[in-house]
Amino acid sequence: MSEFSVFAVLDDPVRRRLYDYVASQGQGVSRSEAAEAAGIQRTLAAFHLDRLVEAGLLDVAFRRPAGGGGPGAGRPAKLYRRGAAEHQLSVPPRDYRGAAELLAEVVDVTGAEPELHRASRSRGAAAGRAARRQAPHSPDGDLVTGALEAQGYQPYQEGAELRLRNCPFHVLASRYPPLICGMNLALVEGLLEGAAVASLQARMDPRPEECCVAVRDREDSKTNGD
Amino acid sequence: MIRYHLAQLNVGTVRAPIDSPELAEFMAGIEPVNAAADAAPGFVWRLQDGDGPGATALRPRGPDFMVNLSVWESLEALWDFAYRNGPHLDFMRRRREWFHRMTEQHLVLWWVPAGCIPSLEEALARLDLLQREGPSPEAFTFREPHPAPDDEAKESGVTEATGTAQVR
Repeated sequence: MSEFSVFAVLDDPVRRRLYDYVASQGQGVSRSEAAEAAGIQRTLAAFHLDRLVEAGLLDVAFRRPAGGGGPGAGRPAKLYRRGAAEHQLSVPPRDYRGAAELLAEVVDVTGAEPELHRASRSRGAAAGRAARRQAPHSPDGDLVTGALEAQGYQPYQEGAELRLRNCPFHVLASRYPPLICGMNLALVEGLLEGAAVASLQARMDPRPEECCVAVRDREDSKTNGD
Repeated sequence: MIRYHLAQLNVGTVRAPIDSPELAEFMAGIEPVNAAADAAPGFVWRLQDGDGPGATALRPRGPDFMVNLSVWESLEALWDFAYRNGPHLDFMRRRREWFHRMTEQHLVLWWVPAGCIPSLEEALARLDLLQREGPSPEAFTFREPHPAPDDEAKESGVTEATGTAQVR
């Protein structure tokens, strides 16, 4: 399927809702869950989910109901999750990823990480300041979540921590982990700084398939009105 | 059939003497990071000298030249520890604070029959080979991995995008 066809599959509001919901979940989503989230019938959801699977936008996994296999164990549940492949389409053709890989290689061989991390921090700070200007009275937590969402991180709350489901620089991060994970950390630190959120701090805490950065309450200062 | 394990040598030249304040955070982090390595899935062995933390007392090519030599069950196991373990990744992120930039390759990987422990001399020879002739099955890097000799049939599982071999 060409990239054009892949994107065409998403050009339907219901399908887009289903995709957004499934893609934002950490684990596999059942048909009824997805239907409920999109506010549509199960059978209609099934139709659209299968179109998304055909396009490779979603993957399917089967899970046996708890209690193990064997005869009489019941039909395995069909679960949907975000497809692993990345899709890019640019008209006219542009290749920013290729450029980014070259630049990353140069930063790596010249040892310019400190400069990269500084630049990333400033970029994060600018995003943080913009978010604060837009919503001066927003609680810290909401403000940070919104600003991280705008950067593509897909934040979600887990216990006391704000985890980031998506690495916006995934391919680069898997080729140059210290470089790009450090860039992510600096960006999130800058964002917190720019948004004047002193109660939270970012730290390196990588997990498979997620961003390597997590945000939590700052240890040395107990809250300031979140 | 013989199983193979992955050996890795990583070298670096420190910016300051190891007992200086500049290196204090690095030196203090070595024991906890090594403990995390020992507990990591797929960890097999690492070189220790019995004198300093880890292998810090071994400086085979001058007082500033530090080595890290270890064996892992697979490329994925090493990659996951190196880049998915928080404290170690943080170490990697900050490496320029403590180590000079290397103009040549500073990490070399090669396969050893399971149960065999490489010597530091052999490891340094592998690094020399990599620097001299570029990546080959005898001395390679994460970016251009070679499958284990017993895994050659599964070569199609090497994913270019991530630079890690994924055996499905």
